[in-house]
Amino acid sequence: MSTAFKVSTMAEMMANGESPDILFWVGCSGSFDDRAKKITKAVAKILHHCNVKFAVLGVEESCTGDPAKRAGNEFTFQMQAMMNIQVLDAYEVKKIVTACPHCFNTLKNEYPELGGNYEVIHHTQLIQDLINQGKLRLEGSQTYKGKKITFHDPCYLGRANDVYEAPRTLIEKLDAELIEMKRCKTTGLCCGAGGAQMFKEAEKGNKEINVERTEDALETNASIIATGCPFCNTMMTDGVKNFNKEQDIQVLDVAELIANAADL
Amino acid sequence: MSIIIFSILFCIGFYLFSKNILQVRANILLGKDINRTNKTSERWKTMVLVALGQKKMFTRPIPALLHLCLYAAFVITQIELIEIFTDGFTNSHRFFHSFLGGFYTFIISFIEILSILALVGTVAFLSRRNLLKLPRLNMKELAGWPKKDANIILIMEIFLVTFIFTMNGADEAIMSAKGESYHFIISSLIAPIFEGMDIHTLHIFEQIGWWGHLVMVFTFLNYLPYSKHFHIVLAFPNTYYSNLEKKGKFTNLSSVTEEVKKLMDPTIDPFAATGNDGDVPSRFGAKDVTDLTWKNLLDAYTCTECGRCTSSCPANQTGKLLSPRKIMMDTRDRLVELGEGIRKNGKDYTDGKSLLRDYITEEEIWACTSCNACVQECPVNIDPLSIIVDLRRYLVMEESKIPTELTGMLTNIENNGAPWQFSPADRGNWINE
Repeated sequence: MSTAFKVSTMAEMMANGESPDILFWVGCSGSFDDRAKKITKAVAKILHHCNVKFAVLGVEESCTGDPAKRAGNEFTFQMQAMMNIQVLDAYEVKKIVTACPHCFNTLKNEYPELGGNYEVIHHTQLIQDLINQGKLRLEGSQTYKGKKITFHDPCYLGRANDVYEAPRTLIEKLDAELIEMKRCKTTGLCCGAGGAQMFKEAEKGNKEINVERTEDALETNASIIATGCPFCNTMMTDGVKNFNKEQDIQVLDVAELIANAADL
Repeated sequence: MSIIIFSILFCIGFYLFSKNILQVRANILLGKDINRTNKTSERWKTMVLVALGQKKMFTRPIPALLHLCLYAAFVITQIELIEIFTDGFTNSHRFFHSFLGGFYTFIISFIEILSILALVGTVAFLSRRNLLKLPRLNMKELAGWPKKDANIILIMEIFLVTFIFTMNGADEAIMSAKGESYHFIISSLIAPIFEGMDIHTLHIFEQIGWWGHLVMVFTFLNYLPYSKHFHIVLAFPNTYYSNLEKKGKFTNLSSVTEEVKKLMDPTIDPFAATGNDGDVPSRFGAKDVTDLTWKNLLDAYTCTECGRCTSSCPANQTGKLLSPRKIMMDTRDRLVELGEGIRKNGKDYTDGKSLLRDYITEEEIWACTSCNACVQECPVNIDPLSIIVDLRRYLVMEESKIPTELTGMLTNIENNGAPWQFSPADRGNWINE
């Protein structure tokens, strides 16, 4: 299933003498992980549907350096950051949207001190804007009407950057029933992947963090666990599998919910 | 005579307190500098809301209310302390009574009500720790001294309140023997306990209350700097100097930035000797407390070991060794140890020990998901995460000690620009898949 429309790279746009309104920063998960690629496509479809002039970096994109920085390797982080800033500045990028809260946090908060100043938003914020501007309409959509959906706050979106409302507003637009977990927003429990944990086994303990978090989600009796982070998505999906509930409960990104509801 | 005894007590009390404070200050200043003086109005606002207004306590309403009783009583009782000091220096009795009249009765009655509430709070806190055995107040890092410290403070509070009521109650009894009354709301009810005693005995009780309270105040004051209870003072500067940036933003290591810029600048000869001769390159990250910032060290002294951080930590909840509270306690213990050595042996003193390994293990710091739950929860804006990150930085950049899987992740980022082993050429494949 390829996208039915053309996704331009910055290089292609520049060759045509054009410049996009916004750069879609796909991130490593969104580029390489098969599950996360679906989220990437959902975001691209929404942007295309709303006639947002966007581009991706394609092969010129590289890891933001987030996991290196969280793991304590400031050298690797800064090398990545400086290289990315050179590329972004060469294309005179002003505004960036990303579907990964880790990329979002790093680009938004940690690049400025290294000379990279951009307006960075999370995809849920952009989609909310598009709906507010009337460019995306979900009225009358039956896809998720009355469905019980719970939202898992990604740490790097919520606590790290105080974005709690944008994803929730979107879920409410679906005419679905948003059920909060007992730990949510500022008290939300981590999925277990942050701080470079995604790339290593957990230390010795008596439970996996994603299992603990999935229990919170199961308690809500929601049929969909929504999130806004590809790492959280992986962790929650594994958590649901751990309870053999993958037939009953879907783990979806908010962008996928919106794209499905808008029949894109 | 009593003026002399009082003055001596007063001077010793405050001399010791200022000495303790200066030692703590010297210890905190062993940390590296960090700029926390910008945005003055936002800082004052944070301090008023978080320290004075206890905004973050109220996410857990029961302890917040109990704590509020003690806090309000503590703050308001200082008014009575002013009178006690004035009486002590002038050898007078209830100095303000004749000036203030009915308003005096109101103030003292108000203090008495708060003191009763404080007593209720104290008893509740003691039972939460010792009878109900709340998990977060009975974790293994609290075994021994920290648990004792918490109980000592609570028992001291009971003594403080008991002495106040002994003083006021006996005083009311003296008045009622004369057919009069101060009309203090609680102690006029306590007075009948002293019924049948002669005036002389009542005066002795009143004096026991007065001197007892005074001695407890000075004891408390000088116990504070050695106790977790120091937060009643340090909560204010600590919230003032809060990190006002987004929690997700980790500090930038500017020493690394210099290196990276050189590496990326094609005009610089990589083999040329670099300038800045004589500059001792500072350590990357933190191995010991002196590598941390003064704010990290102020955090450590401010921590009252309530454990909200640890009870919200995903790693701790799933049985890992990491406890953010322990990180703060270890930092303080190590700082006290090193500070003591430096005071005795001069600033170049080393004891061969360090915060990392002698106090905090590698296993603890690698269990962190950097989720900021501990930072979010702390009622006085302590940041355990920044210490954890600095310890990681030291391990990775100075000792190249890192979990094996993370070595792979870092190699992948360096070689192919992604934490996994995918070819950078395939980055755009999703478009056509």
